[in-house]
Amino acid sequence: MTAQTALLDKAPGFKHSRPVRDSASRSRRIKYTLTVLAFLLPSAIPLTLFVLGPMVAAAWVSLNQWNLLGPMKFVGFGNYIGLLKDPQTGAVFLHTVYYIVGYLPLVYFGGLALALALNTALKGRSLLRGIYFLPVITSWIVVALVWRWLLSPSNGIVNTVLAMVGIHGPGWWTDPTWSLPSIILASAWKDLGFVMVILLAGLQAIPTDLYDAAKVDGAGPWRRLISVTLPLLSPSTFFVIVISLVNGFQVFDQIYAMTGGGPNGSSESVVEQIYDFTFRYGRAGDASALSWMLFIVILAVTLIQIRGQKRWVTYG
Amino acid sequence: MNRKLVGALAVAGVAVLVMTGCAASAPKADSGPVTITYTNFISDGANVPNLTKIVTAFEKANPKITVNVKTIPYSGYATAQQTDLAAGTASDVFDIDGHSNYESLQANGQLAELGGVDSKVYNSGLLDTYQTAGKQYALPTSFSDVVLYYNKDLFDAAGVSYPTSSWTWADETAAAKKITDQAKGIWGDHQPVTYNEYYKALVQNGASFLSKDGKKTAFDTSAGLAAAKWLVDKSGTTMPTIADGQGTADFDTNLFAAGKLAMLHTGTWVFGNFAKVPFNWDIAVEPGNTQSASAVFSNGIGVYAKSKHIAAAEKWAIYMSSSTEEVNVRLDSGWELPTISDSAKLATYLSKGAPANRQAVFDAATKIAVSPSLGANSQAIQDAMTAALIEAQAGRETVQQALDSAKAKIDPLLAG
Repeated sequence: MTAQTALLDKAPGFKHSRPVRDSASRSRRIKYTLTVLAFLLPSAIPLTLFVLGPMVAAAWVSLNQWNLLGPMKFVGFGNYIGLLKDPQTGAVFLHTVYYIVGYLPLVYFGGLALALALNTALKGRSLLRGIYFLPVITSWIVVALVWRWLLSPSNGIVNTVLAMVGIHGPGWWTDPTWSLPSIILASAWKDLGFVMVILLAGLQAIPTDLYDAAKVDGAGPWRRLISVTLPLLSPSTFFVIVISLVNGFQVFDQIYAMTGGGPNGSSESVVEQIYDFTFRYGRAGDASALSWMLFIVILAVTLIQIRGQKRWVTYG
Repeated sequence: MNRKLVGALAVAGVAVLVMTGCAASAPKADSGPVTITYTNFISDGANVPNLTKIVTAFEKANPKITVNVKTIPYSGYATAQQTDLAAGTASDVFDIDGHSNYESLQANGQLAELGGVDSKVYNSGLLDTYQTAGKQYALPTSFSDVVLYYNKDLFDAAGVSYPTSSWTWADETAAAKKITDQAKGIWGDHQPVTYNEYYKALVQNGASFLSKDGKKTAFDTSAGLAAAKWLVDKSGTTMPTIADGQGTADFDTNLFAAGKLAMLHTGTWVFGNFAKVPFNWDIAVEPGNTQSASAVFSNGIGVYAKSKHIAAAEKWAIYMSSSTEEVNVRLDSGWELPTISDSAKLATYLSKGAPANRQAVFDAATKIAVSPSLGANSQAIQDAMTAALIEAQAGRETVQQALDSAKAKIDPLLAG
């Protein structure tokens, strides 16, 4: 069944058996279409103005050289070719993938552990849920400043505690090796609450009789987690992974506020590069081309995920 | 390709020049009340009340003009300015961050020609900075230079004599080493490890950042290496390291204000930060090595080419850069120096309180380390130089390696 007929099935008074070319049916169909459009309009207008419009504009800018101030100069696909030849482009994508690979497991398993812990009859769990969610709604600028301070190499709390147990802490965001791990740590901490809330909702939707049945069958807590909880949590897990990947590819605020892409470009992500191109180096054409390259990558990764979900996501 | 771009920009510049020339020759007389907008960074922080005083005086003198002020922190100003200009929503009057900002705005036709400027009122050198092809497209509002601040109490405690204008790098290093007491958290010296300091240190050591034809870097000499070491080697010996927080915003001025830093290389724009410190301090011209050279900066003010009230906007730009009220507010408050030619008036600045040696501000401006002209990739070149110097400062590369890698990155950027 196509999506179109699926929608029509839900239209009031629509009967599949009746011939579609019937004129009364056609007027109903037009009315139905108009109703659907009217309901879509409130979100379609801002989407067109603030998302689709800028995307089309960026596609045009990406075919030009433009310093934002003067006139544009058409260069065709010159910007794309230049970016593909520039080793810096590969480096910023690599940094972004490094970030995702470090961040995703940390935030998912951390969020899962929290969700499992707070899904029990723990005392004060509502308060704890609120506390863990606080960083999610806090501005990145504030969080970044706090983490820069926590991870300050010579007098930050983290290195002070490490020194107490005899470990000489690294230079964190001042050291090219540790700049991305520092950002990953801060990001995972900030987003933990969001993942927790999604997974918690997923956990609470799992019927308790399944657990009772598993218990009767002699399944221990570990077996119940593996065979009941995780499979039935897979739609929530899928959602978390898709959202986190899309956000991960667009990582910017924390990098801008914590390291500015440094030291020596070691934490320069794709979007940080887009920002620098536009506002530091007057290369809006290159910035737009890189934005479109990033969009294509995100689209491809998301499509692969949606195809792949059939293999492991269980609904119901 | 880049030569073509420059050509295109030049053509566009000429076209706009013609257009704005026409606009300026027939300014629309604003008869009714007018409200103009002014976006600035110069008052951000301590000088908002000072700017308000000037605005109030202007509105009193010009009852038909209201000035709406928008103040943006310096760190975000460049982004805001570009966004506003690209969107065509810039203020009628806006601040210009020095000569290179002026050049790019003027070349891209964003500035209206200013026809009614009395050039005699201004310091001619500073006025020239904002001229193109003999026409005035902006006005200098203030100038400042970088000097050596020093904490007299720390010098006295260590039994070291104060910096003088005849000091060289060796004198500064010796004093800094003697005063530094890391156990007590007392540091002898602080100088940013950045491109801006490096091009100046090169001049102070008889070298230069660019070759004579301006097409290549020229710091791969023994004098260039010594200048880089002058900046880098302070770190961890007489200056706090990056791990201590060196290089983060306000770190140096806060350390000096806390009485824990003996010498500080920074601009005259932070006088106000030390107005109430509980120790004695003064300033001196920065020591050079083979010659004295100081960095001099100016801020400018321009009128937006697309402004609907060019006449009123120009009136405000002139007032904000040369009126008696503006000059007095600047001199009285120790804000950056006004750009007027009247030396008798400027002389009153010398006796306006701490620091005592205000003459150094004028002396520094007599031997200027001219900022190299880096072309279209200016910002990328500056970023590459600073990043390389920091690699050496952090000890991840030797100074020679850092200079080599900087040269390898910058030479292609200079070629376009």
